[in-house]
Amino acid sequence: MTINRREFIEGAALVAGSAAVTGPLALPVDPAGQPTTRVPMTALVNGQRRTIFVEPRTTLLDALREQLHLTGTKKGCDRGECGACTVHVNGRRVLSCMSLAVMQEGKRITTIEGLGREDKLHPLQAAFIEYDGFQCGFCTPGQIMSGVAMLQEARAGWPSAATADVAKPFAIADLSRREIRERMSGNLCRCACYPNIVAAVDAAAKEV
Amino acid sequence: MHPFTITQVADPRSAITAHGADRAVAFIAGGTDLLGLIKDRAALPDHLLDINALPDMAAIDVRSDGSLRVGALARMSDLAAHPAARQRYPVVSESLLLAASGQLRNMASIGGNIMQRTRCAYFRDGDGLPCNKREPRSGCSALRGIHRTHAIFGWSESCIATHPSDLAVALAALDAAVHVRGLQGDREIPFSEFHRLPGDTPEKDDVLERGDLIVAIEIPARAEARNSHYLKVRDRQSYEFALVSTAAAVATDTGNIRSVRLAMGGVAHKPWRLRAAEEALRGLPLDDVASLRGAIAESFTDARPLTHNAFKVELAQRCVLRALQTAGARA
Repeated sequence: MTINRREFIEGAALVAGSAAVTGPLALPVDPAGQPTTRVPMTALVNGQRRTIFVEPRTTLLDALREQLHLTGTKKGCDRGECGACTVHVNGRRVLSCMSLAVMQEGKRITTIEGLGREDKLHPLQAAFIEYDGFQCGFCTPGQIMSGVAMLQEARAGWPSAATADVAKPFAIADLSRREIRERMSGNLCRCACYPNIVAAVDAAAKEV
Repeated sequence: MHPFTITQVADPRSAITAHGADRAVAFIAGGTDLLGLIKDRAALPDHLLDINALPDMAAIDVRSDGSLRVGALARMSDLAAHPAARQRYPVVSESLLLAASGQLRNMASIGGNIMQRTRCAYFRDGDGLPCNKREPRSGCSALRGIHRTHAIFGWSESCIATHPSDLAVALAALDAAVHVRGLQGDREIPFSEFHRLPGDTPEKDDVLERGDLIVAIEIPARAEARNSHYLKVRDRQSYEFALVSTAAAVATDTGNIRSVRLAMGGVAHKPWRLRAAEEALRGLPLDDVASLRGAIAESFTDARPLTHNAFKVELAQRCVLRALQTAGARA
């Protein structure tokens, strides 16, 4: 039997957590066995109805990673400055580090885990591989989630700060590389893989 | 993070009453500024009121008199992409598109945008250095610290911070109105009176009282609005706050300026209107650059730069000239 690093970490977390919480609907208690101020929150996460108990100050990012074990979404700055934590809420790209989990009741949340499947990648995921759009990979889930929603925004005709005349209608054919750089500026890449990221997004924009 | 409780409010009256009764209560809509402040311990609310479910506060409507009514819960991206903003108030759409990032614009509300607190690092970082905005009467670390990004107009010994919102600069230029519902009923605040200069009480950014809820912002129809432009100068090309910025809107008559509206960001504790320049520019030909420069300089006679930000005085005037020329070219 082989076990990868992620499965090992998740397994260790489950063992550590099992002493306090015996089931998904057990009365929430803190590590000392005392009742907590946690409140229930139910959302549609990657197509599945999920209920978790969260402290009001828990960010959506921490809830996804620590409680739902969806560790594809990354914590970079935790201050809304880097974009590594980008997910979709009701179809729009948002920063999960600057969102409270408790405010997501009834929302439709998509993370990188819900975008494609291992045997059928999302076209932008495939483009990131084809164009070598990453080095260390830490910013990649955020880049891809941002890019997918950005292309939807462009197709909906939203202008950007790179659009010469906002009064004119914007068409997807106007999505130049300059437009892509501006629209993706909320996602930082410490490896500075930007040319290949822009190339990958550009290629995905031209598909379909 | 500082602990708090949170409830969702369904009607404005209970939200206003709860906010008016307790200083430790804060409204939350997009949360993009408030959560950052809480993480940095620059805001320590004990209870949050989630106002996102309040009715009739997210719509953007064109009124019969031609004005644009923007609900306080509309998101930055909603207003930036709205056809009426793009075609009739390009300065509004551009100011939003030059702010934050695509993700943050999808989250941040219009009401919250104009309520943003300063990005002064001494206010935000909270590593024990004095800040009168954070802790009244503790002192201003920026005054004798690093203040390259700070104010050149209207500052006091208590505070030299600037206001970070780009949208607010555009709204100041267009003389928008802030519609507020409070403990005493509804009122309308002219935009130029909404934000304050620091004086001796820099902890107060604006004129709102406890219990006040921003319901909407009304942008009046203006002759100058269609030929308008927002120019932002900053240390990096995107996803950065302004060093200086200009909202310019101009009405012309055969190449001459009939009337012009100018406001600046990054230079003061509030959006800074350039009324002396507006007056001096009236009647000037848009292609007479030397005269335009002279008229713009009328608004900089009272500039008071600090040790590290003297460059802003020249940069700001060039920014105004360029914004005015771009807006004028749209006429």
